Amino acid sequence: MKTDDLIAALASRAESIEPHVLQRRYAIALCSGAFGTMLLMAILLGVRPNLADAARLPMFWAKLAFPAALLAGALLATVRLSRPGVRLGRVAAALAAPVLVMWLIAAVVTLAAAPGEREALVFGDTWKSCLVNVPMLSLPLFVASLWAMGGLAPTRLALAGAAAGLLSGAGGALVYALHCPELAAPFLGIWYVLGMLIPTALGALLGPRLLRW
Amino acid sequence: LPDEVEDLVQETLLAVHNQRHTYDAGQPLTAWVHAIARYKLVDLLRRRGVREALNDPLDDELDVFASSDTDAADARRDVAKLLERLPDQQRLPIIRMKLEGLSVTETARMTGMSESAVKVGVHRGLKALAAMIRRER
Repeated sequence: MKTDDLIAALASRAESIEPHVLQRRYAIALCSGAFGTMLLMAILLGVRPNLADAARLPMFWAKLAFPAALLAGALLATVRLSRPGVRLGRVAAALAAPVLVMWLIAAVVTLAAAPGEREALVFGDTWKSCLVNVPMLSLPLFVASLWAMGGLAPTRLALAGAAAGLLSGAGGALVYALHCPELAAPFLGIWYVLGMLIPTALGALLGPRLLRW
Repeated sequence: LPDEVEDLVQETLLAVHNQRHTYDAGQPLTAWVHAIARYKLVDLLRRRGVREALNDPLDDELDVFASSDTDAADARRDVAKLLERLPDQQRLPIIRMKLEGLSVTETARMTGMSESAVKVGVHRGLKALAAMIRRER
């Protein structure tokens, strides 16, 4: 086919497109993914019983703010990477900031603690279940965000997949924080971050396969 | 390759058309089109890389092409030239038996030579040809 003919054929059926496709896709993905994640949480884990008591502690809110900040940053990165020709810009720094702040707090807390208590601060009682539950809870969001991105046009597939994975990981961690009894900053800085990195790595691996167009 | 360039242009145009919902009016159009074109180029190069990993380029196997039509014709001409230098009682039996594939009896009948003369002629003629080829090298 001649290129001129192709242009003519394309131009002849250039109907106008619906506006805000990207926003709509991500709204659907976030709502359904969040619903799935909370459903999984309600069925498999349940909210911790002393949530009201914990809500009085500032560290509880820090524990929610940490994945929430990462969720916001990852959503920004995911949206940007869904369009050709949009740079990540300062979003990468916005993603690193919450982790660095958490590590700073963790370092201060660990150094201030007596040497015998440090192990308890780092490992808590539930580090293994954190590593299992955060990726598990992130699954619905993971599928939903990859679906949303699949209908758009990411050009850096591994990075885009990683951003979608981090988005789901942060969402999973945010919901898991309502169940998890740990409040120590070193615990959050290590196990929450690792738990979120598992879906991130999975997204980076799957992105080049699933997101091609 | 010109064909691939045209394919790439068309694929890019098609992608620009199909992905026009991902264009944001607030973003520079050239950056958007350029990113699509680059993505399609990288995609093409990657696909070609995979294809070439599975196929050995034929250029490396030039020996296969070395026995081309012209080589066969060249050999035939060389043999004919050398044959001309042989006396008739060696040349004719070789042409009949070795080039045309006839039997000793048929050759003897066609050339009017005896069967033993045909055999001797072929034998001596081939020896003489081999000697000529050795000398020419």
